[in-house]
Amino acid sequence: MAILTTEELIIDIPGRAPGVPLNLSLQPGQVWGVLGPNGVGKTTLLHTLAGLREPRSGELSLDDKPLTEIRRKLVSQQMGLVFQDRQDGFPATVLETALIGRHPWLSPWQMERGEDLAIAEQALEALDVSHLRDRLVNTLSGGERQRVAIATLMTQAPGIWLLDEPTNHLDLRHQTSVMKLLRNQAASGRAVFLCLHDLNLAARWCDQILLMFPDGQACWGPARDMLVAPALEKLFGQRLLSAELDGFPVFVPG
Amino acid sequence: MLISSPLKPMLVLVLASLVAGFLSVSIGSSAIGIEDTLRVLAGSGSELQQTLILDLRLPRTLSAFATGGLLAVAGALMQVLLRNPLADPYVLGLSGGAAVGALLAMLAGAAGYLVSGSAFAGAMLATLLVFGLAHGSGSWTPSRLLLTGVVVAAGWGAVITLILSMTPASRLPGMLYWLMGDLSHATTAWPGLVILVLVCLLVFPLGRALNVLARGSLQAAALGVSVRPLEWLIYLMASLLTATAVTMAGAVGFVGLVVPHMLRLALGNDQRLILPACALAGGTLLVLADTLARVVIAPEQLPVGVITALIGVPTFLYLLYRSR
Repeated sequence: MAILTTEELIIDIPGRAPGVPLNLSLQPGQVWGVLGPNGVGKTTLLHTLAGLREPRSGELSLDDKPLTEIRRKLVSQQMGLVFQDRQDGFPATVLETALIGRHPWLSPWQMERGEDLAIAEQALEALDVSHLRDRLVNTLSGGERQRVAIATLMTQAPGIWLLDEPTNHLDLRHQTSVMKLLRNQAASGRAVFLCLHDLNLAARWCDQILLMFPDGQACWGPARDMLVAPALEKLFGQRLLSAELDGFPVFVPG
Repeated sequence: MLISSPLKPMLVLVLASLVAGFLSVSIGSSAIGIEDTLRVLAGSGSELQQTLILDLRLPRTLSAFATGGLLAVAGALMQVLLRNPLADPYVLGLSGGAAVGALLAMLAGAAGYLVSGSAFAGAMLATLLVFGLAHGSGSWTPSRLLLTGVVVAAGWGAVITLILSMTPASRLPGMLYWLMGDLSHATTAWPGLVILVLVCLLVFPLGRALNVLARGSLQAAALGVSVRPLEWLIYLMASLLTATAVTMAGAVGFVGLVVPHMLRLALGNDQRLILPACALAGGTLLVLADTLARVVIAPEQLPVGVITALIGVPTFLYLLYRSR
């Protein structure tokens, strides 16, 4: 599985001071959680990591090779992204939507094969949306669409998973099952990197945390060092009460 | 995207286009029976019937087929490019540009190839104008492109009215027919048919990338599609198709909008199926419309664009009303 590293990376947010350059390394087996207030650049960071946006400065490399020098198709076999919002301009079924995840793996002349279909169906099963396989995506609820988008990434099966608020719109049970799924993917050798707003999900399921502050400051490290009330209070400008439950920290607004 | 049997709808469409073509060459001011038509197509039959079918009607039928196919495929491509089912060469002002080119040539007293060439130049100019302006200094967003096209199209409309109001009355009928789309001056169908077949062949290796692009450019890039080169390729293909069609038959409206939409309602949105299907269905529609245009008020002829709109509008509205 590939390793994504950033060297002195500064994401490009117009009109903002550079702040702290990021030196991250997404290792197999890790689940990264990115926390920060609205507008701090979490989505921009994810898009930059995926090579969809130019950084202001710094280098990105995939297995020690500069990301910009690798063909897009090969990049997309190694790294995939679940977007925060999706375009549904044209009607498409759930199964068709998951199947586009196979695109990086097929040559231009190939049609989707039986094994591609099997991979997509497995992903729909894992995300609990296989009963919707023939429904049009634009008729689904927000949470169902979110799970279809994650199933599409699972069908793509890259080594590095980038997810922009994957627990948005999900009910409590599906939030948990998605986080468990991400944990399992990491346990099987993938690197998972997600933005989220729920401190307790981050505390329960992420092992590495990146905190992004509005002025461009940032810090990162193991979850137990990062998820401490004073830092989080400064991060969100919100007083917090914390306790420990079952070995994990829990935060509620104070 | 995953079609259970893509062959069946394609076979139906091939059959439909053959039937339409057959009807089109046998029906006319002098009707020719089925047996006689078959005999002529097989290479025998009377000399008069041979001239009538092979020299007069068949070229026109082929031109109609090519025009319809080109317009439908161009419309389908632009809809993917703009991620908007409302896009088509007319909405984007491409045919407006072609019309201005053609009318200016006619106003100057030109005919034949000069008019065609001028229409082609007008279509290409309009494309450059729309896509250049929409590109601007910022990004190339679909909504900006569509809006630019709509506004440019309105501009062409004004220029067309201006030209018409300056034209001596004796030259007006020819211009009006051209504006409404007219196949009676179509001479050779081969360039159009060749381009149509080439584009349909190109669609097979490109099809899945187009499917991904229809989900948005960022999603496509994340799945390994080289978005910018692909968008330019689609744009160039669609412009070339439109310019060729408009050059052959004038401004035939509605085919590029209605045909892809109807096929998507029936067949889903796999471009590898939809684009060849558009070529066949668009061609069939225009062959039938042209046949009607020739016979409804025979010996006078209607502009084929009137028929496509009269058939297309109610069909489209009905399908839209019934769809989910």
